[in-house]
Amino acid sequence: MTSTASYLTAGRGLRSWLFTRDHKRIGILFLIGTSGALFVGGVFALLLRLELLTPGETIMGALDYNRLFTQHGIVMVFLFMVPAIPGVFGNFFLPIMLGAEDVAFPRLNLASFYAYAIGSAIVLAALFAGGVDTGWTFYTPYSTSSLTAVATAAFGVFVIGLSSIFTGINFVVTTHTLRARGMGWMDIPLFVWSIYATAIIQVLATPVLGLSLLLVAVDHAWGLGIFDPAQGGDPILFQHLFWFYSHPAVYIMVLPAMGVVSEVVCTFAHNRPFSYTAIALSSLGIAFIGFLSWGHHLFVSGMSVLDAGVFGILSMFVAIFSAIKVFTWTATLRGGRITFTTPMFYFFGFMFLFVFGGMTGVAVATSSLDVHWHDTYFVVAHFHFIMVGGTLTAFLAALHYWFPKMFGRVYSEKWGIIGATMVILGFAFTFTPQFLLGNAGMPRRYFSYPAEFQWLNVLSTAGASILGLGMAITLGYLVYALFRGAPAEDNPWRSRGFEWRTPTPPPLHNFAGQPEMVPGAYDYHVADHHDHDDPAS
Amino acid sequence: MSELLRRILMLPEQSSTVAADIDRLHYFVIVVTMLGAAGVAATTLWFLIRYREGGPLSRRSRGKTGEEIRPARTRAALIAELTAVGGLLSLFVLWWVIGFRQFVGLHSPPEDSLEVYVTAKQWMWSFAYPNGTGSNGVLYVPVGQPVELIMTSRDVVHSFYVPEFRIKQDVVPGRSSTVWFEVVRPGRYQVFCAEYCGISHSTMRAQVIALDGEDYARALEGLSAIQLAGPTADRPAVVGEQAPAEPLSLAAIGQRVAAQAGCLRCHTVDGTAHTGPTWAGLYGATIPLEGGQVAVASEAYLTESMMDPRAKVHLGFKPVMPSYQGIIDAPQIGALVHYIRSLRDVRRSGGPEPAPAAVEGSVPLVQPLTGEPGEPPAPPPASPPASGTAPPAEATP
Repeated sequence: MTSTASYLTAGRGLRSWLFTRDHKRIGILFLIGTSGALFVGGVFALLLRLELLTPGETIMGALDYNRLFTQHGIVMVFLFMVPAIPGVFGNFFLPIMLGAEDVAFPRLNLASFYAYAIGSAIVLAALFAGGVDTGWTFYTPYSTSSLTAVATAAFGVFVIGLSSIFTGINFVVTTHTLRARGMGWMDIPLFVWSIYATAIIQVLATPVLGLSLLLVAVDHAWGLGIFDPAQGGDPILFQHLFWFYSHPAVYIMVLPAMGVVSEVVCTFAHNRPFSYTAIALSSLGIAFIGFLSWGHHLFVSGMSVLDAGVFGILSMFVAIFSAIKVFTWTATLRGGRITFTTPMFYFFGFMFLFVFGGMTGVAVATSSLDVHWHDTYFVVAHFHFIMVGGTLTAFLAALHYWFPKMFGRVYSEKWGIIGATMVILGFAFTFTPQFLLGNAGMPRRYFSYPAEFQWLNVLSTAGASILGLGMAITLGYLVYALFRGAPAEDNPWRSRGFEWRTPTPPPLHNFAGQPEMVPGAYDYHVADHHDHDDPAS
Repeated sequence: MSELLRRILMLPEQSSTVAADIDRLHYFVIVVTMLGAAGVAATTLWFLIRYREGGPLSRRSRGKTGEEIRPARTRAALIAELTAVGGLLSLFVLWWVIGFRQFVGLHSPPEDSLEVYVTAKQWMWSFAYPNGTGSNGVLYVPVGQPVELIMTSRDVVHSFYVPEFRIKQDVVPGRSSTVWFEVVRPGRYQVFCAEYCGISHSTMRAQVIALDGEDYARALEGLSAIQLAGPTADRPAVVGEQAPAEPLSLAAIGQRVAAQAGCLRCHTVDGTAHTGPTWAGLYGATIPLEGGQVAVASEAYLTESMMDPRAKVHLGFKPVMPSYQGIIDAPQIGALVHYIRSLRDVRRSGGPEPAPAAVEGSVPLVQPLTGEPGEPPAPPPASPPASGTAPPAEATP
């Protein structure tokens, strides 16, 4: 193999993939794993929506429904949302964007994938061996007394947590030590900043989740009573521990999405970011404040009024950092030269859905309003706007943006736009009625509901089927493009990003020789002799 | 306008005193939120069109020299962004201030609130009123009077939620939590369990029936017989399907509390004399006190005797009982009082005189209540030396 051979052809056979230490191949392995999880979780979601079509039993009983929404939550959060963008695009592009040959610890990187794979297998095994009916939040003492396979699932999530920590350590160290010569902190691409901030949260918060779930598992298996009031334990303690991880985890899921959006908007507006510093540092701001806002999940759990006030205002500061990003993205469009492609279509969907979802986040952080909305469909709609409207659209934007670079193939732009339209409209159609359901007072995790809520549920299910169809179409044309797509150019989008300065698909060691880091990743205003950017010059 | 927004947003009727205020903030927040999101989307769309490739303002059409007619970052744009962020921050702080004031109000029950004890369990709600009556699945409240619910759970976390009142509060095992509301018009209001609690979570519903003063009094009277008779309440435990077969009585909880807190080491429930006065037939009796006065063993007297046992000591008993202040909480006191109340028709077999150290002869245990499954039976007074050889103290100092 030569140093310029594509990473796809450098080494053949299953073995070369399963034991690879190449960050790009590990990224592809994560893509296979997380896409599979997205598919499974999506099928669960569609079954849930089908069940909720009628007020009583539609296609399954209450226990199956409870297991299904738990499994939907666990699969989507721990097997898809948390690892998806860092595991796939972080792995593939972070070293390239830094001008590095690989991550700092390639073996640890492979271990991270296997921890993910083994943890996922344990979780999926738990689903088939009795299922889990506790909700993905594992609230005690229900979870410690449930007869389902709680301990197994909790252990599986624990193992996936190891994967998250390994990846986090790798990205932090890589960003600190492997930047190309001459690349200062304020030269690194914005996607790297967001992945770096994410990695810090992963390293600091994930151990708390691991320990909490381990405590649930031993409580469940041996009845230690750590969270059982009958034995002197405290169920609210679990809620604090759980949300101490799981609220920052929201930013583990959203920050990488924001990084993707920053790249996409600069590339397709052919413009430098309105403020690089604002986007870069607000990522760190979100990561930091994100650690101090978990208490807004406990407004009605019986925490003190003072605590509720403090957590309420801190939660709103998170929205300020997000707003800074949103305004900066919008301002970046101004004065640009915008090409409207599938990734840009997802960007537009992201802007609307994420802003609306984020603003409803401020609404639910308002303590007196949260009392009515807490644990209703309003909250379900809110976090799906952030998680699906934000993270999933950004994941799809990233997939379409980097697809040519990763696989050296081009997908059908026409089908791309059709798929994106269906996904975004289907999504809005699915979750907007759920805001109204929450207002009307329908609690979440309800197998059966009063008949007056039915018409909104029917609308929601109709939207979900459009969303599902859109995702199926997307899967279809991408898989087609993977094998039959036309070959891609090195830089089809005329981007200035570092990852587009290497051949497509990238060679094993990313760059043939010393990577060129001048001009910078967003220097669209500087002419350059390499410039493919402006054919007129 | 307000009513129109309420209907558009599909909020339920405003049936409590706090609902209208909370909804006003709701409209404020949601309308601004929607306008803000729409504004961002519209601006984005406008830029996407205006600065599109080959469009009138895209950089390429501005001349081939690459000169910047309109640089991306102008001072005006920066000021606009800072203003937007500052404006947003002030708006958030304003919402926080209004919301937090309301939140404090939601946690400050008025002094004259009527207290009702609420017990949640999988999958039903039961209610115990200050006069000792109780109901399952239906909470009767008077209109125009604040009601404070003192709630605890017997198994997992539940949450008491009445959409029309805009209130919700988790009900946690091992703790008591409170929530209050004042209903503004008579009617039936749906209670949901909002915290996932297992297979029948979605059918763990109840109703609040708000009645005008007289109707309310009558309704409570109608309840008395049910609960005091002891074991069963004949009401459907849960509105909806899957009503659990096993009914719950507050007195049964009281029985368990009595066993766990160590009350039954000194107080018997069958009339046998012991260290403390027997509970059989105690409730409502007029009892002589040290110092020559008398007292009626009412709820107030029984509660006081748990919190401050030496205040009014039953004639003939030593003031040896410790205070249970802080050891048993409000719902447990309610349950204990309720339990003692349920024993009032049990005939006393011994006198109120101080008892000898050991109890002779075994009187069959009076079981006025159906025991809870899995619950230890009430302590056997007859099992060998039922006297002072109580197990090591747990709750008793």
